Amino acid sequence: MTTTTTTDRSPTADRSDAGSAAIEARGLGRAFADNDAVEGLDLRIGSGEIYGFLGPNGAGKSTTVRMLCTLLAPSSGSATVAGFDIASRPDLVRLHIGAALQEAALDPVQTGDELLRLQGRLYGLDRKQVDQRLRDLAELIDLGDALHRPIKTYSGGMRRRLDLAASLVHNPDVLFLDEPTTGLDPVSRASVWDEVRRLNERLGMTIFLTTQYLEEADALADRVGIINAGRLVAEGTPEELKRRVGDDLIVARVGGSLVSAREALDGVNGIHRVDEVHDELVIETANGAATIGPVAIALGHAGVDIHDLTLRTTTLDDVFLELTGNRITHHDLDDEPDTDHHEHATTTTEAAR
Amino acid sequence: MNTQAPTTRPTPSTTSVSSEIRARQSSLFHDIVTVAGRALRAVPKDLEAVIPPMLIAFFFFVVNVATLQPLTEGNLAGFDYTAFQMATAILLGVTGVSRAPAVVLDVQDGYMDRLLLTPVRRTAILLGHMVADMAVAAALTVPILALGFALGVRFESGPLGAVMFIVIAACWSLAFSGFGYAIALKTGNPAAVQSSFLLFFPFLFLTSSYVPRSELTGWLDTVAGLNPVTYILDGLRSLTLVGWEWDELATTALAIGLVAAVSMTLCFSALRSRVARG
Repeated sequence: MTTTTTTDRSPTADRSDAGSAAIEARGLGRAFADNDAVEGLDLRIGSGEIYGFLGPNGAGKSTTVRMLCTLLAPSSGSATVAGFDIASRPDLVRLHIGAALQEAALDPVQTGDELLRLQGRLYGLDRKQVDQRLRDLAELIDLGDALHRPIKTYSGGMRRRLDLAASLVHNPDVLFLDEPTTGLDPVSRASVWDEVRRLNERLGMTIFLTTQYLEEADALADRVGIINAGRLVAEGTPEELKRRVGDDLIVARVGGSLVSAREALDGVNGIHRVDEVHDELVIETANGAATIGPVAIALGHAGVDIHDLTLRTTTLDDVFLELTGNRITHHDLDDEPDTDHHEHATTTTEAAR
Repeated sequence: MNTQAPTTRPTPSTTSVSSEIRARQSSLFHDIVTVAGRALRAVPKDLEAVIPPMLIAFFFFVVNVATLQPLTEGNLAGFDYTAFQMATAILLGVTGVSRAPAVVLDVQDGYMDRLLLTPVRRTAILLGHMVADMAVAAALTVPILALGFALGVRFESGPLGAVMFIVIAACWSLAFSGFGYAIALKTGNPAAVQSSFLLFFPFLFLTSSYVPRSELTGWLDTVAGLNPVTYILDGLRSLTLVGWEWDELATTALAIGLVAAVSMTLCFSALRSRVARG
């Protein structure tokens, strides 16, 4: 079988002058009837970056991914991916991207091996190249003999891993992962995280990752964009975003009067603010590690009965709460076999601080 | 809001050999063969889609010959009703055999999105399935022909006539399959696709499927004259009963072409709607 055209990976006349941006969007929007699913989205994602796109269900994450992957035409604005315009040259965009969509897009009748080989052929790879790529991806796929069984017999985790492998067969420059670990057990999730890091570090692959899991964005992303109700509400490194919210938090659960406990902290250096929340004092400080000791000593000297004294850093959930007035809930996630995700889940809407 | 992209990362130093393997745009022919290959590999796993039509064809072939042969051959001297009925059996066997239900499942399973994410040409997705359908239809024709031979049918046009017989059947199958794909892509409903075979019933019964055209009278003769299946049956029968009748075969080709023009217009229009990114 012959393949006719080899796409030049160097800049061509079709390629926009987008500098080193792997993904660039200007005013990108998509409306369904009267509903603006995504509105005025501006993005500039550097080549080799892991970009976490964080938001709750219905925020517009998947719509954004489908537009950038050329599956959905934008209603407004423009975007380039791998240097090619998604509206005028979707064919060239497709040559340079891989995508694992929210629902694993697999043919249940094929075996895993058949699916991956077909995927390779659809991307113009010859037999030897497909064999090579299957060997490369063996560790990620981790299906053993099941690779030769019909996909309909696979568990959710196996399907997810196979779907990810299918998106990588052709070594894309830009990889879109739409909630890649939703529904995975903790071990599989860790494996996907490792693979994402490996792809980025070893191959310099640009990765656009949507997630509802705050810890996932925190652990993987170089930068995070927070989308809410179709609009980008914040963007920056996880640390930058957390700094926007504020300080480390020391939480002291004490017996007796909170007022007297609070008075005991008056002379402690480095404390920015103390709030009384139920039976706890929440102490904001720039340097929790340095301040927790003096706090314990001050409370002890004042005779306060300390039940717990914990130090925690600001999380992206705190950032999300600050920006939107809501916490991200995981209630609408699919049937997750692991309880790990639910441990991180936070309930319902809370008032902004 | 910080919209500055960070500094580009340094080029990785441990890039594996396979990182040189990259996607390439293939030829349309390559795309069609790739999609057709997948569709053909699925056939043995989906035998319920091909075995029943063949059994139906066998059943009607045997029963029709058993019940109508004495009647027709008694009234028409030298008439070979078994050869006459074989054409009807062939059309029953191959009409509506298509991978259109599998396309619906691709849409429902999300696999269509995976296909659309690849650089494969959109027309190749449909054409590949159709090529597979033609191969399956040709293969289904063989056992029905074998049954015909076992019942004493001989080709006046010789062995090449038998090959032409199979080609016509396969082309008709392709022409009709366009309706199934149009329904599949338009509705995304497997039940609607399965029922597309019902479209064929008026075509098959309002024609010379059971008795020669010369025996039809009144409105039925008029309708049969307008029915393209009549001319396809005539072409097939000419190969077994008469020999190489080029006028008949040209009319057959025209009839298939007309049906194909309608069905392909519908299915490629449905494909455009399905892959439209609006």
